[in-house]
Amino acid sequence: MAKFMLILRDSGDFDPGIGAEEIQKIIARYQKWRAGLEAKGKVADGQKLSDGEGRIVRRDGRSLAVSDGPFAESKEVVGGYFTLLAADYDEAVELSKDCPHLDFGSIEIRKIDELGSGD
Amino acid sequence: MSSAPVTDETHGLVDHLFRRKAGEMVAALTRLFGPERIELAEEVVQEAMVSALGSWPFHGIPENPGGWLLAVAKNRALDRLRRESAFRRKVPLLDRGEREVPAAALFEWEPRDDQLRMMFICCHPEIPTESRVALTLRAVGGFSVEEIARALLARAEAVAQRIVRAKRTIRERKLPLEMPATRALLDERLDSVLEVLYLMFNEGYTAGGGDDLVREEVCLEAIRLGELLASSPATRRRRVHALLALLLLQSSRFRARRNEDGRMLVLSEQDRGRWDRERIARGFHHFEESIGGRELSRFHVEAAIAAVHAGAESFERTDWRRVIELYDELLAIRPSPIAALNRSVAVAKLEGAKAGLDALESVANDPRLRDYALLPALQGDYWLELGDRPRAAAAFERALTMPMSSPEKDFLREKLERLRRERRDE
Repeated sequence: MAKFMLILRDSGDFDPGIGAEEIQKIIARYQKWRAGLEAKGKVADGQKLSDGEGRIVRRDGRSLAVSDGPFAESKEVVGGYFTLLAADYDEAVELSKDCPHLDFGSIEIRKIDELGSGD
Repeated sequence: MSSAPVTDETHGLVDHLFRRKAGEMVAALTRLFGPERIELAEEVVQEAMVSALGSWPFHGIPENPGGWLLAVAKNRALDRLRRESAFRRKVPLLDRGEREVPAAALFEWEPRDDQLRMMFICCHPEIPTESRVALTLRAVGGFSVEEIARALLARAEAVAQRIVRAKRTIRERKLPLEMPATRALLDERLDSVLEVLYLMFNEGYTAGGGDDLVREEVCLEAIRLGELLASSPATRRRRVHALLALLLLQSSRFRARRNEDGRMLVLSEQDRGRWDRERIARGFHHFEESIGGRELSRFHVEAAIAAVHAGAESFERTDWRRVIELYDELLAIRPSPIAALNRSVAVAKLEGAKAGLDALESVANDPRLRDYALLPALQGDYWLELGDRPRAAAAFERALTMPMSSPEKDFLREKLERLRRERRDE
């Protein structure tokens, strides 16, 4: 069983006037998805990244270039991630198929290399 | 509203928790910052909920969801007020000497009293009548503008406009967020609150298509607020119980009122097995609580009519004589062409279709019923029963020119087609 990271991207622009009931329904859908994974012993963790502000650091010759980002530059930004356990990519895709995030953006799945696993 | 929290549907969140909390938080924040800042309260509550939407999907639902939301809303509100007062220091003229809001000990929790005060300000007689229902649903019930629009069959911009007007009235007239001080004043204002709940329920209940789910939720909100009034010593009155009884008994038929095609079913066509027995029982409980005083409100009479129907084994075995008496009482308290229309149904059942037609005579030319399809539809039914097909057909044709939902229209058209076929066959 390997650990996979689900990198969640979305456009970040949802309707700020969204209703209380609708918010609850969306949260409940994520909760249901997570509970399903947990029941199968597949879930590890999730983290949310702060919206609206970020920095991109690059070395530019000998000096550092720090710019605001990525919000101004790209249409979809990473909003957060989940990690889960799966045997392989096929299973990781299978487990992500009913993630409610797909209604709001895309999911990039990457296997996390364990130190020394060599693969 | 059910008394036991339901959690299985929403996975860890009590049904309608966000709506409930939104109402409670707007009420609490409005108490703290003053009714002139109701807009601020609403905005920071919205921000808190949106930030839950950002974070809970990843982190999971916090142990105390309500406390989490309130903490975020409170901090946002204090941030804004701090900015506001910093701005005022720079511009002394703008400083109207309002006291700093103490950050600590702000939120002692008495949601029921907060909500009651909020209801009273939302239903204040100085607020334009058509704004009261919308504002109460928004500020006390936590409904979104979009949902209110769907339930009231209005455009979202129109609903938003009504809410803006209401908030402006609160600000400009400096309406206080407090319960009326004297019993007489409280009674007067309570009547305005009851009227709003009655309207709210009717808007949600009345036929006319739209989003049935949200319409029922609006009805249940009216019931929830009625229960709030009935359970508080300050507002517990017999007419509150009467209104609550009426709403509960009416709402027991909510799911039985439509067939699979979406057509509204009148009382005689409904499957009584689909009436909600639990709501009927609660309705009868409040009906009993409403009896015994000196007051006889229209809600008492309307609840009594609803109780006759709820208690009848079948449409045929309804106590029509009692229903007619009650409509007579109702018409004496509050003349209404629609009550007269409903009375005619009972008259027709008891004394025949001719008597039903005669009973409609008095309202047949009432301008308030000019576009009310039920009037000619009923007349058509009575004519049909009397065997006068041409007149029945003419009445149905008239009904079809009036506004009505499409399943209703289809139903009436079918009826008319059948009539014409039968006439050809003769």
